[in-house]
Formats: sequence, C-alpha cells, structure tokens
Amino acid sequence: MTGSEAGGELPGREALVGKGPGRRKGRRGGRGERAMVPDATFTSYYGKPIINAPVWEPLDIAGYFFLGGLAGAGSVFAAGAQLTGRPRTARALKISSLVAISGSLVALVHDLGRPARFANMLRVIKPTSPMSLGTWLLTAYGPAAGAAAVLDVTGLFPRLGRVATAGAATLGPAVAAYTAVLAADTAVPAWHEGYRELPFVFVGSAAAAASGMALIAAPAEENAPARSTAVFGAALEVTAAKLMEHRLGMIGETYRTGRAGRLMRAATALSAAGAAGAALLGGRSRTAAVLGGAALLTASACTRFGVFAAGMRSAEDPKYTVVPQRRRLEADAG
Amino acid sequence: MAECHPVGFQWVMEAKARGATVVHVDPRFTRTSALADLHVPLRAGSDIAFLGGLVNYVLTHEKDFREYVLAYTNAATIVGEEFRDTEDLDGVFSGLDRENRSYDPMTWQYEGAVVQAASGERDQEYEERTEAESTIREAARGEAHGAGGAGVSGEIHTDETLTHPRCVFQILKRHYARYTPEMVEQVCGVPQETFRRVCELVTENSGRERTTAFAYAVGWTQHTVGAQYIRTASILQSLLGNIGRPGGGILALRGHASIQGSTDIPTLFNLLPGYIPMPHAHQNETLDEFVQAEGAEKGYWGNLRSYLVSLMKAWWGPAATEDNDYAFGYLPRLTGSHSTYETVMAQLEGTCHGYFLMGENPAVGSANAKMQRLGMAALDWLVVRDFSLIESATWWKDGPEIETGELRTEDIGTEVFFLPAAAHTEKSGSFTNTQRLLQWHRQAVEPQGDARSDLWFTYHLGRRIRAKLAGSADEMNRPLLDLTWDYPVHGAIAEPDAEAVLAEINGSGPDGRPLSAYTELTDDGSTSCGCWIYCGVYADGVNQADRRKPRTEQDWVAKEWAWAWPANRRILYNRASADPDGRPWSERKAYVWWDGQKWTGHDVPDFEPGKAPDYRPEEGAKGPDALSGTDAFIMQADGKAWLYAPAGLVDGPLPAHYEPHESPFTNPLYSQQSNPVRQVIRHPENRYQPPGSEVFPYVTTTYRLTEHHTAGGMSRWLPYLAELQPEFFCEISPELAAERGLEHLGWATIVTARTAIEARVLVTERLTPLRVGGRTLHQVGLPYHWGPNGLSTGDAANELAPVVLDPNTHIQEVKAMACDIRPGRRPRGPALLEFVREYRRRAGITDETGMEM
Amino acid sequence: MSPARMGFFTDTSVCIGCKACEVACKEWNAIPEDGLKLTGMSYDNTEGLSADTWRHVAFIEQRKPVGLAEPGVDHAGPVPDSGTPPAEAPMTPTTPATDALPSSLAPRELVPRPHSARSSARRSGPGGELRWLMASDVCKHCTHAGCLDVCPTGALFRTEYGTVVVQEDVCNGCGYCIPACPYGVIDQRKDDGRAWKCTLCYDRIGEGLTPACAKACPTESIQYGPLDELRARAAERITRLHDVGVTDARLYGHDPDDGVGGDGAFFLLLDEPEVYGLPPDPVVTTRDLPSMWRHAGAAALTLLGGLAAVFAAHGRTGGRR
Repeated sequence: MTGSEAGGELPGREALVGKGPGRRKGRRGGRGERAMVPDATFTSYYGKPIINAPVWEPLDIAGYFFLGGLAGAGSVFAAGAQLTGRPRTARALKISSLVAISGSLVALVHDLGRPARFANMLRVIKPTSPMSLGTWLLTAYGPAAGAAAVLDVTGLFPRLGRVATAGAATLGPAVAAYTAVLAADTAVPAWHEGYRELPFVFVGSAAAAASGMALIAAPAEENAPARSTAVFGAALEVTAAKLMEHRLGMIGETYRTGRAGRLMRAATALSAAGAAGAALLGGRSRTAAVLGGAALLTASACTRFGVFAAGMRSAEDPKYTVVPQRRRLEADAG
Repeated sequence: MAECHPVGFQWVMEAKARGATVVHVDPRFTRTSALADLHVPLRAGSDIAFLGGLVNYVLTHEKDFREYVLAYTNAATIVGEEFRDTEDLDGVFSGLDRENRSYDPMTWQYEGAVVQAASGERDQEYEERTEAESTIREAARGEAHGAGGAGVSGEIHTDETLTHPRCVFQILKRHYARYTPEMVEQVCGVPQETFRRVCELVTENSGRERTTAFAYAVGWTQHTVGAQYIRTASILQSLLGNIGRPGGGILALRGHASIQGSTDIPTLFNLLPGYIPMPHAHQNETLDEFVQAEGAEKGYWGNLRSYLVSLMKAWWGPAATEDNDYAFGYLPRLTGSHSTYETVMAQLEGTCHGYFLMGENPAVGSANAKMQRLGMAALDWLVVRDFSLIESATWWKDGPEIETGELRTEDIGTEVFFLPAAAHTEKSGSFTNTQRLLQWHRQAVEPQGDARSDLWFTYHLGRRIRAKLAGSADEMNRPLLDLTWDYPVHGAIAEPDAEAVLAEINGSGPDGRPLSAYTELTDDGSTSCGCWIYCGVYADGVNQADRRKPRTEQDWVAKEWAWAWPANRRILYNRASADPDGRPWSERKAYVWWDGQKWTGHDVPDFEPGKAPDYRPEEGAKGPDALSGTDAFIMQADGKAWLYAPAGLVDGPLPAHYEPHESPFTNPLYSQQSNPVRQVIRHPENRYQPPGSEVFPYVTTTYRLTEHHTAGGMSRWLPYLAELQPEFFCEISPELAAERGLEHLGWATIVTARTAIEARVLVTERLTPLRVGGRTLHQVGLPYHWGPNGLSTGDAANELAPVVLDPNTHIQEVKAMACDIRPGRRPRGPALLEFVREYRRRAGITDETGMEM
Repeated sequence: MSPARMGFFTDTSVCIGCKACEVACKEWNAIPEDGLKLTGMSYDNTEGLSADTWRHVAFIEQRKPVGLAEPGVDHAGPVPDSGTPPAEAPMTPTTPATDALPSSLAPRELVPRPHSARSSARRSGPGGELRWLMASDVCKHCTHAGCLDVCPTGALFRTEYGTVVVQEDVCNGCGYCIPACPYGVIDQRKDDGRAWKCTLCYDRIGEGLTPACAKACPTESIQYGPLDELRARAAERITRLHDVGVTDARLYGHDPDDGVGGDGAFFLLLDEPEVYGLPPDPVVTTRDLPSMWRHAGAAALTLLGGLAAVFAAHGRTGGRR
C-alpha cells in the first residue's frame, strides 16, 4: 500500500472495495444489465426468516380469535333471538358469550409476558394499534356481555338487561371482526396480504361458531335461525377463505400445505358437513343439530388455528417475505 | 491483519481510501482478504520462495531504486573470499559445523573488515573482537529482538559499479536467480500469472514517487526460518527504497497489547532494557571488555557504555560507582539459552524447580502443549497470575494427561498458586504498540477482590524478599539489597505509582531533573536511565505518553499523540527519505530534509541535526562521529541497510528457502531439505514426522480469529466473546471434505506424531487446494485459541505442534506442519495414546526421525 | 428547537467483520449472552438480531463476478446457495453468481458448475470470484415504525432524536410489536417476556456521546450523525463507488419515499438485501390499517346484516321452520 501524502494535507477518505487495478471488464452482472432481466431467483440468509414470527402461543391467540368470534357473533345472535322471542336461545348464547369472552381474556392475559402489567394496556388509546382499540373494545363489550348474561339469568333489571343485550349485540360484530385486523396489522405475509378477506373469514367463522353453539344449546323448536346462520356463516367463511388464498398468490400455499392446510381442509369439510347436516336434519333431529353444531364449532376453531398456522409458516420461511416484495419491486420498475 | 489486528487495520482502510492497493498473501481467505484487492493463497511455509521470487524479479528486471541502493545499502560492499553461498554448496553456506549443528559465521564477513550486527547474535565474534581466550559455546545462540548495536573494525571495500563478482549485489543476483516464477509456482502453489501481478504491483508502487509497505505477524516468525522470512522482506524493501520513507517499511504487527514493550524493556532472557545484550558468563568479563565486545566503533551503539552505566545507575543508584564498575558485576550472566522451550526441558530434566506464569497460558498456548504440562508437573512450585482459572492453573486436576492416565493428580508434587490479575482497566500504565508508540492508560476502576496489577505484584514481591534478606551479609544478596526499590504507593492496596516507574525509565541528570533525550546520557555515572531508547518519554517531568491531541488538531505525522521511541521519532532511519544530497526523493514523498543548516521536516530527523550531507568523518572517528552525512542507517556498523548480513544471524547471511521441519514435500530448490541449524529437541514426547511422509499428507497452519485472544485466557471466559466463536473448529476446502468424507459441522480428528485432537468442521471455499510440486495440496486451518476450560471450549491446536525452533529466536514452528485429518471424534483415554502410536508405527517414526541435519 | 433526527449509516463495503459493534452494544446495554452455538453460517454464530442481540454482523461467502480475489484454482462440485441452512449444506453455503443461476423461484437449488482444469483455472469461472461480505445489521428506526404504531401500551415511543425506543418499565410483553416489524428486529426476551431492541443508545446520545457500536467500529463502517448529513455522505459514497465500477453497491433504507418512510439506520450494501437477510421492499404494516378497518367494518356489518336478515326471515318463534 502507499503511504500518506507528504505536505500536510490528506486527500479525502473514500475507500474502494472489491475494486483494484487490472479489473477485467465486460463481465456480466452490472446492475444495469440485471434490470433488463427481472431477477426471479430467490435467496436468503442461510434460510433464516426475515421477519420475526409472533411469539404467541397458538392455544392462546388462535383460541382468543375463536372465543372472541364466538362471543361477538353470539351476542348478535342472542339479541336476534331475544327480539324474535327465542328466550332460551338468547339466554344460552348470552351465557356462552360471557364464558367465551372471559376465556378469551384469560388467554390474552396468559399470553402476556408480564400478566401483572395488563393494566398498562389501558394507559393509552392508540388508533394505530388494533390491540389497543381491541382492548378498549373488550373493556366496553365485556361488561355489556356480562351484564346481559347475568341479568338474563337472574331476571334482575330487565330494562338494563335489554340495554346490555343491545350493547353487546352492537359491539359483538366489532369483537368478531377486529381480531382479523389484529392479525393482519403485522408483517406476517399470510395475514397482512389477506387483510381484505380475513375479516370476512373471521366473521363467517364467528357466525358459524355462534350458530353451532345455538344448535347445541337451544331447543330444536328455536333453532331455525341457527340453521340458516350455519349456512350463512359457513358459506361466508369458506368463500372468503378461498378468495383470500387465491389473492395471496404464492403466499396462499401456506394455507394449503402443512399443518395449516390440514386445519383449513378440516375446517372446510366440517363447515360444509355441519352446515348441511344442521340445515337438512337439525330441525328434525336434536342429535343431528348437536352434531352439526359441534362440527361448526370445531370448524370455526380449525379455521382460526389454520389461519394462525399459515401465518406462522409464512413468517418462518423467508420466501414468503422476499418473493412478493421482489415481484412488487419488479412490477414498480415496469 | 483485519482478522488479528482489526483496530490497526483501520489505517489500512484509510490508506485504501487514499488509493492504496492491498495485496493479501495467506494460505486462507480471511477477513483481510475480504477487503484486499488481491488475495494470493500460498502453501504455508513457502514465503521465502515467494519473497525470493520477488527479489529475483526486481533484480532481473532492474526494478531496484538504484540511487537509494547505492547510497544507503551495502550492495557495493565486497564480501570476503572465503564465503561460499548455497549456490556453491547446494543449499548450505560456508562455515557449517555439522557436528555441532551450527555455523561459524566468520567466512560471511566483508573483505578486510569484521562487522558486528545491529541486532541478533552479537556475541558471535567475541573472541575475535576481544582476543579473549575462552568463550561459552553453549551460550544463547541468537537473540534477534529488534534494534541493537553494531560494530565494525577494519576497512570495508566497495565497488560502486556493482560489478565485482564478490560484491553483495552480484552475490544477491546469483543467490536468487533460481527463484523464478516457475519455481514460485512449484514451491508456493501460486500461479505464475498471479505472482507476476504481485511483482508488478509491488515494483510499480515503489521508487521516488511511491512506496510500498509490508505488514506481517507471527505467520512469518513462527517457523524454523522465521528470522530469515523477515530478512527476505528487508532485502526486497531495501532494494526498492522502501525503508525510512513514509508509506514504506516492514511492519511487525505486534501490540497484544504491549508485546513491543515487552521486548523494549524485555521479558526475554537474553536482553537488558533497550536491546543491550545480557552479559554472557565469559571469564572475568569487565564492563570495559563487555563494551568493547558489544559496542561499536561507529554509529550510536558507540555510546553503549553511556546507556549501560545509566541503566545500572537507575537500578542500583548510589551503590553503582566507578570503583565497582557501576555494579556491572551485579548483572546476571548467561550460561546458555534459557528460552521457553529450553526452560521446559530443564523442568523435565529436574533442573528448573519454580515457574512464574504471568498472563501466559502455555498448557494450551505453546507448541507441544503436553510437554509444557509435563514440565509443570515436574516443578516444585508454580505461580499463575491470570484473570481466570486457565488451563495452566488446572492441568493437574483436569488436563488431558489425567484423562489418558499418564498423570495422576495424587502423584503430582507441584504446588500451584493462582493469583488473580488486574485487567488493564484496573491499573495505570503504558502500552507500547507496533510502531513503538507508548500510549498511557489510566486506571478506571479498582481491581476486584484479590486481583492485583503486575506492577503491584512485582513491587511487593521484591519488597518482601528484600525485607527477608535485610541485614544479610551474603555477597549474593547485594544486587537485591542495593536495588533502588522505592516507588511511592497509594490507595488502600498500596498500588505503586506507575508514573514513578516511567520517570525512572526516562532517567534523570546530575541535578535530578528528567532527561529529554538519550544523547544526554553519559558514562561517568552522573546520569541514570532505565531504558535508553525510552529516554525523553518523561521529558520536562511531563508524561509524554499521555498526550492525546486529536489528529484533527495537528499535522498528519501527529507527533503530539503519545510518544514514540526513540526521541518521539515516528519513522526510523528517516534520513533515507531524502537523497544523498539531503533533498526529498520527491515532493510527494518528502519527509525530512537538509535545509542548508540543519535537518528538518515533518518528523524528528533520525540523524544528527547539524550533520551536513557532505560530511565525511575524519580518520579514526568513533561512534556517531564516524558516520558520514549519507550513512542513513545510523545504528548499523557500516551505516548501511544490509542486503547481505555478514553477522547477526546464526543460520546464514542470505535467506534461502528451506522446507518446514515437517513438510509433505522435498525441497525443490536445494538438496538441503530444512534449515540445517534449526533447533531440534530429542524427547519421547516430541517425536518428529519424516519429510514427505504419506501418512501425514496435508499441511496445517495455526492462526487467530478476531473474536478470541491468543490462548484464550482473555476471551474464552467472557460470555460476549465466547458466544461469537463458541467452539473449536477446523477449516477445510470442499475438495478435502470430499476426499476424506468430512461433513460440514461434523467432527474431524487431526493427527500428528505428537497426538490427535478433534474439531468441528467448517467446510468453506475460503480454503482452497493448491497445485504444489505437481500435485494437489490440501491445507487444514486451525485457530489455536482453545482449551478445555472456560465458556468456549475445544481441544488445543498446539497439542499437535512439535517443538522445533528457529535458531535465532528460539521460536517454535507452528505455522506449517504436516498432518492427517479424518472424520469423527478422537479416541478417549488410553485409546488415544494407542491411536497415535499406531500412526507413528505406520510412518516409521523413531527417535532419530527428523533429527537429521 | 428539537434536535436533529439522528441515525446510522452502515457502509458494509468497509466492514471487516470484527464484531466489535456486537460486543460494545452488549457491554453498554448490559444485554445477556444468548447462546454458545456453532452455527456453520460462515463466521456468524449470532444468527440474527434478537432481544439479546441489537447489532448483528452477517457473513456471506459468495461467488460473484466482482471483486478480485484470485485464489488460483477452481472448486469442484455443486455449491449450496447462501439461503441454505448450514445443517442441510455440505459446506458453508455460498451464493453462486446470479447470472449462472436458472431463472427459477426454487430456493436452495444446487447449481452444478463446470469442473475446470485445476492447474491454471481461477476461481473466477462461471461461478465468479470468491468474496466475503460482512454487514452489521441493527434496528432501522423507521420513519413509520410498525412496532411503535401497534404497541398498545405506549411503551414504544419516538424520541426527540427521531429514534424508536422501548420503555422497559411500560412494556407488558404483549408481543404485538414483534411480528409487526417488517425487518424482524424487535424480539421477546424469553425469561422476561418483554420486547427489546436497539435504543440507538438513547442514554448516550442524550449526553452527546456516540452510540457504543459506532464508537467501537474501527473502520467507520458504522457512522452516526444527523440523518441529513448521513444521507448526503452516503449519496456521495455510492456515486464514487459506481464511478469506479463497483456497480453492485446500492443504498438500502435511505429513501424517504420507501414503504417505511425511510430508515433512521440505513445501509450501503454490495448485494441484494435478501442476501443479508433484509427484506427487499419492506412496508410498514399500518400503512394499510385504514383499509383494514374499512374491510373489518364491512365484515362486521355483514355479520350484523346477515344475522338480522336471518332473524327477519325466520320471524318470531313459530314462524317458518
């Protein structure tokens, strides 16, 4: 190497790297050339994921999604049942919503690294954080659902009970739908890129779960709306999921393969079977209604666990982060 | 350099930023290669052939800087008639004493004169120089450790036309003629085209306008021909005019963290501070005789007596008087070589009973680590001062020999003391780095627990010993009792004041005031100085090493950052940066120059300030006065850079390529296989492999990684470093992996005649097979930081290495060895011994193997 | 007046892989050691950024038709590409030259290269010459920071220097920030549950000190300063490198118009971002949040409407079954 210049002043510092004398010219690989041929190859850093997968436990969070859906849609269903003179169905679903929302809170708190600090959630309201809004939503919904159930069972303060029921029914769809935003508002490709359809998958799944609960808990003479809801929910869930998979392109394979694929296929089959069984036989056979309801509840849970698993898979394989981004860049480049 | 000296490498990056080209020559592709413009892998142990090829290229293509060569080197000097080169004797020089495995260097001398080396073996011609009757043949055989003195007597003959057949230039041409690009390819495995490119890069970047620097570390020194590696670089750089000029030089990458300091104020057995040789036990040697033998008639070593008397005044103060030769008799005397490995042999022989290890971990850090442990097991007492319980402190309970059953804890008589050491942040002191820069550091925190600084330990140990001896009338104790052992202490633990030590090293004059330059030293006992080359570091009573003026606030030489020995001079021999008339060789490379009245420039001129370029010494002038106005190399006996070393080295005046002691190849250059005077040690635990053995077909080399420090004592116990390289591994090429069935991240067992070790395998393209001697050679890379203790563990690579030494420096050859490698883990317990015995049987190894000259 | 936005410019072209940044960061921030595992990922035994690693030096061995290493002989046999986990590779994974690769999405494909004559061939065959990339990764301190946006507690906040910092006493370990980061930076400390990441040495820069990593970097690969200045410096640097033919050099995260509004810590890379484990086109997830809410609202209304329709259709008890 050459030494310092004499005379006091030093030239500027501009280290050159990978470049020296006698460099052979004319080899391919310059950037300009590559722009002509879209680089469709995929590479990564030793197969390591680019993003961090959620640290959530599937039972906690997929369970939370499921229970939230069951509770939220259940509250709507309960209100509908109450308004249409199906008090046993209404009571059953108010109770199930209370139980479900309580379970979902337990799951949420369990998932916090520092459960003692759950209260920190209530320090602020952050519109940019679905979890913050969701927490506040639950803070409003939980007491409403609780009051609706308790007042119904005890028969105390019926007017207040109606208000609570109406409140829970108003917030219920939000509780059922917001968890889709909670999942989609991450860098997890299978969730984020599916943000348009995911809320529909979730509310469909929630409606199916609520109908399943109604089919199990309600007497057969009250279960006509449940059977229709089963068809509605299952159809919405399956259709939205298929749409999402299609739109996701190569990321969609995370919903078709592996554990997620098995869960999603099970969800589809159980939804179809549950809805069909309930619709065709549930009015006549209590057993068929219960079996159909159980199938629908299981299907809903499978959907949530399937979505969770697909998200994890898409986060753990760098391909699902890199390839869509690379394609986007290429599309932008023309 | 990026790998082992990342902090220093920032300056390579700075140079690169200014347009420098970086060439990296190394068997493996390292972090340095990653930033280099050109990486040249070569066979470990073949550098003299590579550098010799460069010398040959320079000479055959007349790329030398002829004016510089004529003015400042000994190219024109005529060598005596008796000299015979390797060209004449097929690989050895004249004077070889086959019986004693040594050279008589007298035939290497210049015609008409006897000169003495500026460094290295300076006692070689003691008899000739003093005409004393006896000498000690077994005395240390070469102590090349940096700058030194020089002497010349008689009249040197020269031929300025460089045509005389016995002039150095012609000898050099003949000697290196066989180092052709074809030969370089054969020996080093470097393709001719690549080699030519290096030749072009180096020569095109040398001359009036440009300079080239060489940087090396222990990859050059730890060979049986290590000193000659650096000599070859010296020849090349002198021919190209790259010494004493900015951007030039040969930079020894030292400084972990004060290795340079440890030879300046030496921990070496054969040197006194400032590279003054330790006296040998010649009969009845007096101060005058010593100075006559070791001093010089010409140059600054001519003032040796002043340096030595001032040193003894610093040590013994009023007890050093003219009447007692300034206590010259108090100095210890050498009776032989007492280097590390010879000390281990003495332990094994039962003549060395006690051992201090201060920041040293030989149980894993020295060649043939087993011998080190066996030596320690034969001691009466062992003191280990370190941060953690290193292997050298615990071998007696969990060392490899306990596992194999060769040692039993209950049988070991060594009493082991472990004394925790303070870290550099816990004490004040100086580091001397590779460019001779003393940088002061201050204590940041108090040492924890029982940890104490080396200064504390040494001072208080001395204090207690002196207290025990107080009142003794035994003459033997006088040197200890008369020492000026009176440093002020402070704090709760009575830490000695490090600056007081620095002040003593700097020295003081008759009035007690600090001296400011070694030129003020006298030989009449009126000055004291603990190390003459450090004189001035405490000038004006100011700790000059503590200066911290940012580079943005001073010129580019940055003379106000810390302090460089000698005399705060940043480039040695910088008179050579100007032409013989005192003008800079070029404006671009101006450094110091003659302004008509005096020498001046960017740096402190390394020349008498008022000595004009046209000064010629009078007949009979002595010391510095005998140097002419163009004798730039002021410490040398003839004022010249030595292309040919008529004295100072014990293994030849010119570097020649010899194969490593254990090589899978026969020497393609000479029929002499290895350095004929390499130091071999015959011991059952030190069996050697035969050259060219097919049982050990691969070459292995040891090295460091950025993440760890030497034998690991400062890194394997630190979680933040241990996690970065958590385990011992070896590095091999994909081809070797395929040839031997080794799997990436699997285990490999590496075998030599000493033992076998296991390592995880990293298969990487950074290691590459080479074409050497017509066949493919695979090399195995072994970082040597590990041992069984600490957080990051593994076998020690040094278990594999033989004890075979460079005869000049007594440094072990661990950078080029032959080995075998096979998949899987090594045998455990006694099975390991049988495994190695089987290898020895297969290779036909006996106690004579490798002992041949 | 608020202080200027501060950031890092990490110029990987001068990184020597010494890892001083990793160690200095851990020392200053008292981050625990996080695993003594030999990974086989070249010299990278850290693996990536995590709760316990806030600076991570990546090592990539690759063949590229750039650089000038000429090791003398070609290597034989297939080379696993750099996306290969070491446990699945016969050797340290290497990136083959892109122009030698088939245009295929298939990852981890072994690309056989012609076996050239060993005596005189260089490693610069179709596989290109060997080079070893090193790059120190860190939290990007995005202009639009997903982690900060989604944090429900306000534990993550933007400092007066424009950096993004977790308040460890507020974080309740919900973990939402972790998948929200498009770079995979912020992570959960297992024994503690809370989320941790680089603070850009908030406690140092407030005192006018340089962050520990930049202070320790021997080659000025990590540069700290006002972001405007760093961007200008980086632009000059990239122009200079392109001028001398280092066409592979590119800036990453410097553009205020990118998906995260530009990074407070940006990079000069010598290959595509994904080679270093970085996303090629990261987008802050909350950019789509309004749309997400709209879709969720529509879904909620669909649920409400659907059930209303169901009950309306079925009427009061005793109606159509």
